[in-house]
Amino acid sequence: MKALTTLIAMSGFLREYLTVLVFGAAAVAMVGAMLGAGSLLRPKRAQLQKYISYESGVDPVGTGWSQSQIRYYLFGLLFVMFEVETVFIFPWAVRLEDLGLFGLVEMVVFIAILALGLLYAWRKGVLRWM
Amino acid sequence: MLAAGDPLFADGVDLTVVLIVIAKTVVVFGAMLVSVLLLIWFERKLVADMQARIGPNRAGKFGVLQTLADGIKLFFKEDFLPTQADRRVYRLAPYLATVPAFLSFAIVPIGGTVTIAGHQTRLQLADPPVGILFLLAMSSIAVYGVMLAGWSSGSKYPLLGAVRGSAQMVSYEAALGLSTVAVVLVTGSLLTSDIVAGQSGEGLFGIIPNWNVLRLGFIPFVVFFIAGTAESNRPPFDLVEAEQELVGGFHTEYSALRFALFFLAEFMNTITISAIMVTLFLGGPSGPGPDSGLIGALLPVFWFLLKVFAMLCVFVWLRATLPRFRYDRLMDLGWKKLIPLSLAWLLIQAAFLVDVKWGIVVFTGAAVMGVLLWRAMEVGHGATEHEAPAPPKFQEVR
Amino acid sequence: MTPALSITATAILAVATKVDIAVFAACVVIVLCGAIGVVVSRNPVHAALFLVLTLFGMAVLFVAQEAHFLAAVQVIVYAGAIVVLFLFVIMLLGVDREENVMAEPLRGQRPLAFLLGAIALAEIFLLAQGTQWATGATQVAGPAGGPGSNVEKLARVIFTRYLLAFEVTSVLLVIAVVGAVVLARRYETTATESPAAAQVEEPQSPRSEAPLSAAPPPAAPDESHPDESHPDESQPAGEPDAAPSGAR
Repeated sequence: MKALTTLIAMSGFLREYLTVLVFGAAAVAMVGAMLGAGSLLRPKRAQLQKYISYESGVDPVGTGWSQSQIRYYLFGLLFVMFEVETVFIFPWAVRLEDLGLFGLVEMVVFIAILALGLLYAWRKGVLRWM
Repeated sequence: MLAAGDPLFADGVDLTVVLIVIAKTVVVFGAMLVSVLLLIWFERKLVADMQARIGPNRAGKFGVLQTLADGIKLFFKEDFLPTQADRRVYRLAPYLATVPAFLSFAIVPIGGTVTIAGHQTRLQLADPPVGILFLLAMSSIAVYGVMLAGWSSGSKYPLLGAVRGSAQMVSYEAALGLSTVAVVLVTGSLLTSDIVAGQSGEGLFGIIPNWNVLRLGFIPFVVFFIAGTAESNRPPFDLVEAEQELVGGFHTEYSALRFALFFLAEFMNTITISAIMVTLFLGGPSGPGPDSGLIGALLPVFWFLLKVFAMLCVFVWLRATLPRFRYDRLMDLGWKKLIPLSLAWLLIQAAFLVDVKWGIVVFTGAAVMGVLLWRAMEVGHGATEHEAPAPPKFQEVR
Repeated sequence: MTPALSITATAILAVATKVDIAVFAACVVIVLCGAIGVVVSRNPVHAALFLVLTLFGMAVLFVAQEAHFLAAVQVIVYAGAIVVLFLFVIMLLGVDREENVMAEPLRGQRPLAFLLGAIALAEIFLLAQGTQWATGATQVAGPAGGPGSNVEKLARVIFTRYLLAFEVTSVLLVIAVVGAVVLARRYETTATESPAAAQVEEPQSPRSEAPLSAAPPPAAPDESHPDESHPDESQPAGEPDAAPSGAR
């Protein structure tokens, strides 16, 4: 037992994320248990009409998978841009005290360039949803 | 460099430690489930009060068991799997919605350090080295729950709700991340335990608390609050399931327990986002009281719960007060207001941290730029935007 | 519990290595299953989900290497943003049909893929022999990179040694956005001109409560079908430029 437990301590992976792992496993287990219990308890009276997708009471027209708009793609791309930006900002925020004025200027330049991208999209009316 | 973690793991992991971990997990897990049940009841009751109704009053005293009754009922309801649906993804989606909602709570510090069975441990489930980034990671996984639930149903309303909702969630996730950076900036660490420790102690004049909401000048808090509301799809940002437009939104085709799981996840997210807000901006478990003894161990938990409860009340209040946003307004708010504002505020704050005079320079610069941009974007260009909104275009306003 | 065995440091290390190997093996299985799933899935959404699985396994591998920040970035940026972008593209294309994996859009791409894959693999082995590029022993942010946490070390090198690369990243991102905006606007212009081609089977949104506007008819004409010659009472005169095509 002691050997086993000491080696768990050695593994940085388990040490940092042991609790997260247990917690996640508990969440998955709960969802699984609920769905399992439900599948045992609930009635199953199959009727073909029950399994038609909902479309305000009338029979559905075509398939459910229609095209969405390109706008969503644009917002997705802008989101990627800002997410990458955020990811770079985090280490900078942690170390700003050491980086000092130099770090500040670096980040002002970085954010200014990215803000240009946002402004371009804004100016071109992409951000306007209509 | 793992020294900063929970003291529980400092001298190896033996059986007691594993048991403590499991005990902590079970207690928090159970508490979260119970609080979700209570929150749903509380929300219905409070909204009823605000609308001069009575609300649930049958099951149990004051109807407090209403949610439990509803939940039990859903166990006995037939579950449909539409023929059009993509079966595997349809079954996977409830997991993807529920599990991240639980997991993000793991990084929230609930109380101070206590000693259980000879082991010192923090009243916090996990303190991973990535700290608050864990929240962002989980909220990016949570998008999949909504997106895949809607897509896999193979039906039109859910698809619309899903695309809408995922675009909304990603838009506000950017603002959420940027307002979190402000907290990291003053703390100098990603760990939630450090963020809470940085807010303990006394602030100005000895009475005003040293909370980040005050230290950061409100703006990151407001941005985080709005973004968090949108991220958890709470009203007034519940466009994902706008029932007047999309029937049930992304979970239209879900019934019985699978539907209940989405419902659970939504309220879980509300609790989690309140707890994260308390952690980041409202001092976490810090509050007046003795440092040692039983009271010293329990009082922080009390303060934490009190603050979370206050935040939850605000969320319910918002729901009772505000009408739902229109989708174009929602996107406007996210991209044209919250993101530029949080970026500018971040730079101003960083400049003040480096040197006060640079702070003033950057502040002036940002203010001038802001005014110029406002004129360029809104007054010069978007004249039509402030007139009567364009007539409804069915394919596009969604 | 058990009699306290005196374990030598080497023994602990050996077992601990075994745990790490177990974690590594589990991750490898996850990553490879995901990767194979991406290739063989007929449904693009399933492929995207398998990609998420692969990325997640990679993140766990990064954690096992104590690259915690990189793991978080992996989940946030790749799983959280880029695959979501993929999914938007898939939904934009409205792909509901399963693709035939045996179809070859490009002639000869299959043998070429095997050839290039083999070359890449050979390169990795070659590099691992001679230098440390492939194994990354000359790391700057790992345990050997000096004091401070993973994030702090990364910050130190990003904002000093790799400053130019850092700033150029922002330019790259802006270029991507500009490109997408230009392409999307062209798409939308064509969409407005030939509605049938672009908006196949677009479901009518059940949006019955129209936003308060000057004169909203209960069922306003659809703007992207301008040639259907509706009586355009909802559209103020001279305003068609405010419609999707013009103002942008």
